[in-house]
Amino acid sequence: MCQVDEDYHEPLQRAEVPSVSKKCVKCKEGTAAVVIRAGDAFCRGCFKEYFIHKFRAVLGKHRVLYPGEKVLLAVSGGPSSCSMLSQVQEGLSQNAHKKLRFLPGIVFIDEGGAVGQSVEDRRRMVAELQAVFKATGFPFHVVPLEQVLDLPSSVVAAAPSPSERAAGAYKVAVGHFIQSDGVGVTLKREESAPADVQESSTHSLQQLIGSAKTLTAREDLLNTLRQHLLVHTARTEGYSKVMLGDNCTRLAVKLLTSISLGRGAQLAQDTGFSDSRYRDIILVRPMRDYSAKEIAYYNRMFCVPSVFIPSLDTKTADKSSIQRLTESFVTRLQADFPSTVSTIYRTSEKLQTCKSSSTADHCDRCLLCMCALDTAVENASAFQATLISEQLSQAKAPAATSAAIPRQNPAPMEPESTAATGQCCSSGGGEDCGKAVGGVGCCSSAKGPESTGLRSLLCYSCQLTIRDMSSVERLPHYILSEAQRRQRRSQMREEISEFLLDEGDEGD
Amino acid sequence: MPVLCSNCIDKRAVLKRPKTGHSLCKECFFWAFEEEVHQTIVAAKLFKHGEKVGIAASGGKDSTVLAHVMKLLNERYNYGLELMLLSVDEGISGYRDDSLETVKRNQQQYELPLKIVSYEELYGWTMDAIVKQVGRKNNCTFCGVFRRQALDRGAIMLKVDKICTGHNADDVAETVLMNVLRGDIARLRRCTAISTASEGEGVVPRCKPLKYAYEKEIVLYAYFKKLDYFSTECIYSPNAYRGHARTFLKDLESVRPSSIMDIVHSGENLSVREGVKMPVQGTCKQCGYISSQALCKSCVLLEGLNRGLPKLGIGKHHRLHDKILSKQPLTEKEERKLKSVDF
Ligand SMILES: [Zn+2]
Ligand SMILES: [Zn+2]
Ligand SMILES: [Zn+2]
Ligand SMILES: [Zn+2]
Ligand SMILES: [Zn+2]
Repeated sequence: MCQVDEDYHEPLQRAEVPSVSKKCVKCKEGTAAVVIRAGDAFCRGCFKEYFIHKFRAVLGKHRVLYPGEKVLLAVSGGPSSCSMLSQVQEGLSQNAHKKLRFLPGIVFIDEGGAVGQSVEDRRRMVAELQAVFKATGFPFHVVPLEQVLDLPSSVVAAAPSPSERAAGAYKVAVGHFIQSDGVGVTLKREESAPADVQESSTHSLQQLIGSAKTLTAREDLLNTLRQHLLVHTARTEGYSKVMLGDNCTRLAVKLLTSISLGRGAQLAQDTGFSDSRYRDIILVRPMRDYSAKEIAYYNRMFCVPSVFIPSLDTKTADKSSIQRLTESFVTRLQADFPSTVSTIYRTSEKLQTCKSSSTADHCDRCLLCMCALDTAVENASAFQATLISEQLSQAKAPAATSAAIPRQNPAPMEPESTAATGQCCSSGGGEDCGKAVGGVGCCSSAKGPESTGLRSLLCYSCQLTIRDMSSVERLPHYILSEAQRRQRRSQMREEISEFLLDEGDEGD
Repeated sequence: MPVLCSNCIDKRAVLKRPKTGHSLCKECFFWAFEEEVHQTIVAAKLFKHGEKVGIAASGGKDSTVLAHVMKLLNERYNYGLELMLLSVDEGISGYRDDSLETVKRNQQQYELPLKIVSYEELYGWTMDAIVKQVGRKNNCTFCGVFRRQALDRGAIMLKVDKICTGHNADDVAETVLMNVLRGDIARLRRCTAISTASEGEGVVPRCKPLKYAYEKEIVLYAYFKKLDYFSTECIYSPNAYRGHARTFLKDLESVRPSSIMDIVHSGENLSVREGVKMPVQGTCKQCGYISSQALCKSCVLLEGLNRGLPKLGIGKHHRLHDKILSKQPLTEKEERKLKSVDF
């Protein structure tokens, strides 16, 4: 789990009891029980009100959840997503001030197989969470990550764009909801028992994750797979929105991580309130205005249960991955400069996605993260400079041509590994050879001809991830087959290019 | 077993490129390094034939390599540029004296004209004297603001069309991180630009031919070319926040060497939402230099120094600009707030 969240536990206990019995700044009556920011001391009752109001306010401000709409809450078991779950419960309860009007369901992705948990531990963890989920009365789905291996390629194919839901649509939906008087929208209790996981699929999943040679790539790959599975679950179960529990602290780390991973173009989608990269399924982040500290206070005070879930970077050193490093950097800086998180977070609010995503052709989207490609070779760009450097450092480089601009060759797809890769790295992916030699060792760049075909279908950052993999053949079938389909499409387009009148405009 | 150069597959490799991980021989590395700078210059259309270009020279590794490569490429590819060196003397004893000696040696080696402008002649203050008044905490604010303007003033004296600076990929990446940490969206948007057009009178267009060169490769280049440079850091340490960004970048690079370029790529592809307020650039009412306020930063800092109120230029005291312009005295209360050195 996010280290940043955990680190709040200690100072928390000390801060919880203000020295003198200060009065609440809100009601001026109750005894202060929490101090959110310097000077903002709240009593228990006012803090609860403030916390609940914030959740309603963020949903009210963005107006993306329609009355009667099925919304899937992605609960990881951590404090933030469990707090989100409790807020939804609160908002749906009979005595809620302004009742929420969407229909929630819960999904938990069990990643135990990827992080090497034992079968017993996984079972225990799932049982613990099921108890929490059952208590809510919401339908819930426990999905082992292994299922990602059997996804259909439609997950990464171009999804149908949602019917135009302009500003008026919200009102219409409210109207329908009021007319139906809420009848028939009572929640159907359904539970999907955790499917039995075949040992062989756990093994395949581990091989897939292990084929990434660096922890950075492994974490990135796991994120991608998890998201695909979330979106797929939402689609098959009839949900149109997925709620994620990212809080402000988490998002500050994520923003800096994204920048460090070369995802500047995708930053707004990675960290914004709503994320429409999957078109028909919109991801929303209603917890983004809460700090990890506030959430920890609230959960403790109002007994919101959460479960410790180990992740890939649990118990790893600071420099084991970019994600881990960024997290500890932000945590340390926050301790010295308490406005760090909020400042980074505010930066994210001022960003937008680079190109308008609605007009982009399907083939111009990254095969893995589904964001618009940011790899058009533009003059004097970091991407072009990198290509030039690689070209000038290898044999066959046209040494004399001065202003040649390298073009990305649409090379034929070759998913099979042909080249023998560096020995020390391909050892089952058990250790991280990158960290021993500071990453400059055998793991760094400049090889892997087998992945060149795939690379052209990926955004800048996902190319980095693939470059860190010993071979792409372990990627799940749904990804490879969609890759082949896209390759065929682009070859076709090449063949008929001279007859096409408007480039880039194709109805598919 | 000697490793062969991955480019010529003939000579023995002497280094592993920090940027790509390839093993190269000396000649192939020189060629690749120079060629990459050339391609950057061509692709970004940094110069026009016949232009007069001032190379900002500090005596450090970046500007020494920049001067060397600019002279070399100008001859190799017939850019037709008239090159000269432009140095700023901040007045830091023991640091700038020695580095200026290096610049003077470079001038002779490269046979380029050299112009030195000093803080003392421009502002009446040396950095040493400034530090005596403001302490060591915020001196880099002064240094940075004054240097920027000093370069412009020197460039105008020399009548150059452009200034090129030794900023490398690490510097750009560090600035991207810095601006994210500070939440400075306006600078975040500008800081990855490879060149800036003249933003007004008194401001000379600038460019960064080494924008895509790794600092480590610049050192390797200088080392194998046996270039003469001054390698001591400024004795007045940079501010804490930049220090954090720098350390973080070095750590990122050690985890994934391409991080530097990855961050530059991120910066180049960021896009700011419409409707986010950006400061409007105007000109300073006192000296005419570009400024988003009534007074430019350098005039405010200078005013603070001259009135013995060093805090004036640090933090936001825009309300006081009118008083400064009309040469009015500040109230006692205002003075008290700005006097303390403890900031
Ligand atoms: Zn109260
Ligand atoms: Zn991608
Ligand atoms: Zn060679
Ligand atoms: Zn300095
Ligand atoms: Zn001025």
